[in-house]
Amino acid sequence: MTLRHLFLLGTLAVIGAALAWVFWDAVAVQAPGRLADLALDRVPESGVSNPVTAVLLNFRAYDTLLELAVLMAAILGIWSTGPDVPGFLPAGEVLEKLTAAIVPLLILSAGYLLWVGGHAPGGAFQAGALLGAAGVILRLSGRPDAGLPLLTWLRLTIVLGVLAFVAAALVLMAAGYGFLTFPLAVAKWVILAIESAATLAIGATLAAAYLAGEPLGVRT
Amino acid sequence: MIDWLALTVALPLLGSVLVAAIPARSPGIGMATGLLTTTAALSVGVLIAHAGEPRSDLGGWGVPLGIALQADGLSGALLVMANLVALGISAYALGYFASGLRRHFWPLWLLLWSSLNALFLAADVFNIYVTLELLGIAAAALGALTGGQAAIAANLRYLLVGLLGSMTYLLGVAILYTGLGTLDLRLAAESLTPGPLAWTAGALMLGGLLLKAALFPLHFWLPPAHAQAPAPVSAALSALVVKAAFYLVLRLWIDLFAPVVGPGPGILLGALGAGGVIWGSWRAFRSERLKLLAAYSTVAQVGYLFLLFPLLAAAALPKQQELLGALLLLALTHGFAKAGLFLSAGLLQKHAGHDRIAELGPAIRSLPAVAFAMGLAGVALVGLPPSGAFIAKWILLTESFAMDRWWWALVVLVGTLMASAYVFRLLENAFGPAAHLDAVELGGDVQTEKIGRMIQAPALLMALVAVVLLGLGAESLWGLLGSSSP
Amino acid sequence: MATQLLFGLVGIILFLLGVWSFLAHRPLLRKLIALNVMGAGVFHVLVAVAYRGLEKTPDPIPHALVLTGIVVAVSATALALTLGQRLEHEDD
Repeated sequence: MTLRHLFLLGTLAVIGAALAWVFWDAVAVQAPGRLADLALDRVPESGVSNPVTAVLLNFRAYDTLLELAVLMAAILGIWSTGPDVPGFLPAGEVLEKLTAAIVPLLILSAGYLLWVGGHAPGGAFQAGALLGAAGVILRLSGRPDAGLPLLTWLRLTIVLGVLAFVAAALVLMAAGYGFLTFPLAVAKWVILAIESAATLAIGATLAAAYLAGEPLGVRT
Repeated sequence: MIDWLALTVALPLLGSVLVAAIPARSPGIGMATGLLTTTAALSVGVLIAHAGEPRSDLGGWGVPLGIALQADGLSGALLVMANLVALGISAYALGYFASGLRRHFWPLWLLLWSSLNALFLAADVFNIYVTLELLGIAAAALGALTGGQAAIAANLRYLLVGLLGSMTYLLGVAILYTGLGTLDLRLAAESLTPGPLAWTAGALMLGGLLLKAALFPLHFWLPPAHAQAPAPVSAALSALVVKAAFYLVLRLWIDLFAPVVGPGPGILLGALGAGGVIWGSWRAFRSERLKLLAAYSTVAQVGYLFLLFPLLAAAALPKQQELLGALLLLALTHGFAKAGLFLSAGLLQKHAGHDRIAELGPAIRSLPAVAFAMGLAGVALVGLPPSGAFIAKWILLTESFAMDRWWWALVVLVGTLMASAYVFRLLENAFGPAAHLDAVELGGDVQTEKIGRMIQAPALLMALVAVVLLGLGAESLWGLLGSSSP
Repeated sequence: MATQLLFGLVGIILFLLGVWSFLAHRPLLRKLIALNVMGAGVFHVLVAVAYRGLEKTPDPIPHALVLTGIVVAVSATALALTLGQRLEHEDD
C-alpha cells in the first residue's frame, strides 16, 4: 500500500467517524417515525394495502416515473453503442433441461409477485427482475435473443413502462384530477395497469441490457 | 386544468417514448416535442411573472408525504433559457446527424431535456437524485454517440465520476432524512439547525454536486468528455448540464445550508472558483483544438459563477438580490453563448474535417455567418458590452470593491484578460487575406462537408441572444428575481 | 435501537470502503463494484432509518427510496459495463 493509499484511508476513517457520530445523534434524537406515521395513516387512501407499493406507485409516483425513464435511458444508451456481443453456444443437455424447468417458474413467480405487490411485499420491480433473470438464463443457455421479441415489438415493450405511466398521468390531468393524482375509486386498477406495463418493460430492459448492444432484429 | 410544470417534464418523456418506438419518424416527432416543451416552459415563465411562485403538488398528497414541483424567479429563468437553448440545439441537430446516429440521438436527447426540466423544477431532495441520475446517464450515452475510442473513454469516465457524485449526494440525503424526517426542501429548510448534521449533510450533498458542476479541481472529467462528444451534445453538456448541477448547488446553498453554516464554505467555494477561472482560461488559451478550448472555457465560466458565493455570504439582504441577479445573468449569458460557440465549432469541424485551431483559417473565412456567430459568442464569453456577461461582471467588480474584497475583482479582471486572449486567438484567423481554399488545405483530412444555410441559424441566434437580448433586457430579470426566495 | 445503529454504521463503513476502492483501484470492473458497494452502504443506512422497533411497521418511505436507488444503480452499471465492453473490443 502506497503512502497515497494510506493517506486516503486515514481521511476516510476520519470522515467515517464523523458520519457515524452524526448518524447516531440523528437517529437517537429525532422523534422516531419521521414520515412513517403520516404515510401509514394514509395508505388506505392510496388504493393498495402494501405501504411500500403505496409510496412507490402513489405518494411518490413521480419518482417511480423518472426511475422507469432512467431504465429506458440506460437501454437506449446501450443500444446506441452498437450491435450486441456474440451469444453463447447452445446449451448441453443438463442446462437445457434445467432451463426448461426454471424459466416457466420464473415467469409464473413474476406474475405472482406483480399481483401480490398490492397487499404484501412484491410489485413491478421485483417481478420485472425475475423476468429479466429468465431472459439472462435463456441467453446463457444459448439463445442469442434471450427470449425477447424481435423488431418493433421489443422497442414497444421497452417503452411500455414510461408510456403507461405518462399516459395515465396525462389522462388524469386532462380529466381534471391532476397530474399523477389517482382518484380512490380507480386507484387500484390504475396502479395495477401501470405496474403490469412496468413489469414487462423492466423485464425486457434487464434482459436486453445483458446483450450489451442492439440485437440484430431491432435495427430496421 | 393544465399543470404546466408537470408538462415540461412529461412532454419530452412522451416524445422520447414515441421516437424510441418509431425511429423512422424521430426528427419530426423530436422537433415537435421540442416545440411543445418549450411552449410549456414559456408558460411556466409567464406564470412566474404573473403569480409569483407556482407550485404543483403531484398526486395531490402535498408535502411532506408527496413530491412537489416548484418554480421561482431563479429556476424559472434558467428553465426558460435551458428550453430555448435546447430548442436551438434540436433545430441544429436536425441537419447535423446522419440517419444512422439520428435514431439514437433523439430519444436520449428528449430524455435529457426532460431531466433538465425536472431538475430545475424539483423541490424534493430525493427527487433531485433521480433527475441527476437520468441526466447523467442520458448525457454520458449521448456523449459517446460517435463511437470512437476517445469518446467512449471520456464519457465512461464522466459516467463514473457522475455516479460517485450522485452516491455521495444520496448519502447526504439519507443523513438529512435521518435527522429531519422530511425530504422536501422547504420543510427541511425550516427544521435545519446549525450543527454537525447540517455540516455533514451539506458536505455530502454539495460535495457530490460540485463534482458534477466541475468546480476546480473536480473539473478533470469535463474537457475530454465535452470535446469528444458530437457538437450538439457538447453544446448541451457545457451550456445546460453543467449549469443544472451548478443550479442545484446554488439552490441547496441558498435555501438550505447558507443560513446554518456561516461564511466559511462560501469563501472556500470562491477560492476554488478563482482557481477554475485561472486554470480553465490558461488551458483554453493553450488548446490546440477548438472544442477543447470551448470545454476549458466552460471550466473557467463555472469558476466565475462560484466567485459570487463569498460575496453572497458577506452581503446584506438588498445587495444579495443584486448579486443573485448578476449570477443569474452570467449563467444565462453563458448558456446561450457556449451553445452558440459549440454549434459553430461543430459546423467548422464538419466543413474543414478537423478542429485544429491553427488550421481553421480557410474554413472560418468561407463560412462568414458561422464566424460572426462565433465572434458574438466570444464577445459574450469575454464579457464585452452590451452582452449580459458584461453587466454581470460589472456588478461583480463594483460589489467586490464596495465590500472591500477586492481580490475577487482581481480574479475577474485576470480571467477576462485571459478570455480575451483565447477568443482573439481563435478569431484572428477570420481576418486573414481572402480565402484561397486550396484543395490541399481543405480536402486533405477526413471528409469535409458543404454546410447548408439553415443549420447556421441556431448558432447565430443564440449568440445574438447572449450579446444583445440579455444585455439590453437585463432589467426585467431583476423584476423576475423579486419573486425568488430571499 | 442497537440494530439500527449496527445497520447504519455498517452502511457507512461500506460506503467509505466503496469510495476508497473507487479512488484507489484502476480497472473499470473494480470501480463499478466499488460504486455498487457504495450504493449498498447508502441503502443500509436507509433501511436502518426505516426500523422502528419490532412491534411497529417500518417506515415505508426509506424502503421505497432503496428500491428506486437499486434500479437506478443497476441501470447505470449496465450502461457503464457496455461502454467498457466497447472500449475493450475496440482494442482488438
